[in-house]
Amino acid sequence: MLNSILIQGFIFAIMSLGVYITYKILDFPDLSVDGTFPLGAAITAILIVKGVNPYITLLVSFLGGTIAGMITGIIHVKLKVRDLLAGIIMMTALYSINLRIAGKANVAFTTKDTIFTKSIFRELLRGVSGKTITLIVLVMIVLLLKIVIDFYLKTRAGYLLRAVGDNKTLVTTLGKDIGLVKIIGLSLANGLAALAGCIYAQEERYFDISMGTGMVVIGLASVIIGINVFERFDKIKPTTAVIAGTILYKACWALAIKKGLSANDLKLVTAVLFLIILVLTQEKKRKVNKNA
Amino acid sequence: MLELKSISKYYNPGTVNETCLFDQFSMKIGDEEFVSVVGSNGSGKTSMLNIICGSIPIEQGQIILDDKDISNLKEYKRQQIIGRVYQNPAMGTCPNMTILENMSLADNKGKPFNLKLGTNKKRIDFYRESLRELNLGLEDKLEVKVGSLSGGQRQAMALLMSTLTSIRFLILDEHTAALDPKTAEIIMELTDKIVKEKRLTTIMVTHNLRYAAEYGNRLIMMHQGEAIVDKAGKDKTEIKMESILEKFNQISIECGN
Repeated sequence: MLNSILIQGFIFAIMSLGVYITYKILDFPDLSVDGTFPLGAAITAILIVKGVNPYITLLVSFLGGTIAGMITGIIHVKLKVRDLLAGIIMMTALYSINLRIAGKANVAFTTKDTIFTKSIFRELLRGVSGKTITLIVLVMIVLLLKIVIDFYLKTRAGYLLRAVGDNKTLVTTLGKDIGLVKIIGLSLANGLAALAGCIYAQEERYFDISMGTGMVVIGLASVIIGINVFERFDKIKPTTAVIAGTILYKACWALAIKKGLSANDLKLVTAVLFLIILVLTQEKKRKVNKNA
Repeated sequence: MLELKSISKYYNPGTVNETCLFDQFSMKIGDEEFVSVVGSNGSGKTSMLNIICGSIPIEQGQIILDDKDISNLKEYKRQQIIGRVYQNPAMGTCPNMTILENMSLADNKGKPFNLKLGTNKKRIDFYRESLRELNLGLEDKLEVKVGSLSGGQRQAMALLMSTLTSIRFLILDEHTAALDPKTAEIIMELTDKIVKEKRLTTIMVTHNLRYAAEYGNRLIMMHQGEAIVDKAGKDKTEIKMESILEKFNQISIECGN
């Protein structure tokens, strides 16, 4: 059980990192993630069935996600549609696009190679169980992404991204286009969501059209748990907090299922957990305000 | 030289609430002029600044900067050569970023925002020296988030940040109005020092008639979209607080304030 919590946690952490960029840094509640997560899975399923190297699917899925994110950004910035609505439009459109890409609502590829079965670790670590190897591959990917994102946030482009979420007026005063920064942020975030979908599909070895439902909620809940729990520790970077938050969220989720809830209740558990987290973190903020 | 040429600005055009703010308004501001603008609420002071910066559209007229028409240039493009400090101290800084990160952001104005490191380590000493001149002890708090500073400290930083790179002119939008009298005094002296040192062309909107009389080398009083007083150079230095106040009372009575 611990193994599967960690595996799920690390996969969804990739998406949470994306949600962290839009929700926490850019202050943009982006619903398109519900569509870009299965987009990554659909692209992966179809490529793997066609016999493409599974490592290439990582790149193609990420690119697919960035394009979808860019379109959400353009709808919001250039066509001046409100942030939530721009996400809903993209999410709805992606449902059909995902079906077109995959050709049907379910694609299974149980006998094909994935990044986990083709891994070089399989050669190096003979005799180690499949789940452990999956975990090792995931830790490597998540760690690499975390380092890249941490670096990006320290560059000039990263400073500007943070400034847009913090104080839009200042960005305009600096002579920079807020819209362009938003589009770049949304592209990155949705690229990560699609990458998470790609890896999830390879781990589960199937694509399902409805696998995106509730992804935004999982991402938001993970980000909020992570930031709230680890905020007090100065040394912990927000990206680490988000990854830990996702694992924590998945643990709570697994616990709820173990306490006797059936698979039909999964989305209900997702929603109720999110509500509990929102209410608990509100409580904390109120206390701080009273003390101030 | 900045020139506003027969600007017309209406609010709510085409509706029953249509009000005309500027009708064929013109003004010239020469290089290295420090213009103080006073006037009652709704007289068009802040609207004039917004029109110059491109924050609000105009119905008619041209804005000419150094013989170039910038009327159709987007707001963020005009801001590349303009520094601006707002009334609200929160507008000029990023609260969740540290003092050092804020200084770096301001220092990168006009440069491409690419994948180079956001903070140039070689510039830290320069930032520290610039902050030391504010006399607020900020030079020792480089890693502190700006959100935890007081309004006065943040406004001082906003002023410093807006003038860190070379700009064509500086816009001050009631930048001392939200501060307590003592802090306002400090910020005003600081403004004067920076403007003189860097020889900046400056437009300052203020409600403080004393600042308007004391600082700058040109004074404009706005009323219903027109400049009813415009004194520069020697005329400006000879102007007395009392006479401005008198004129101000006169227009206020007309408005029924």
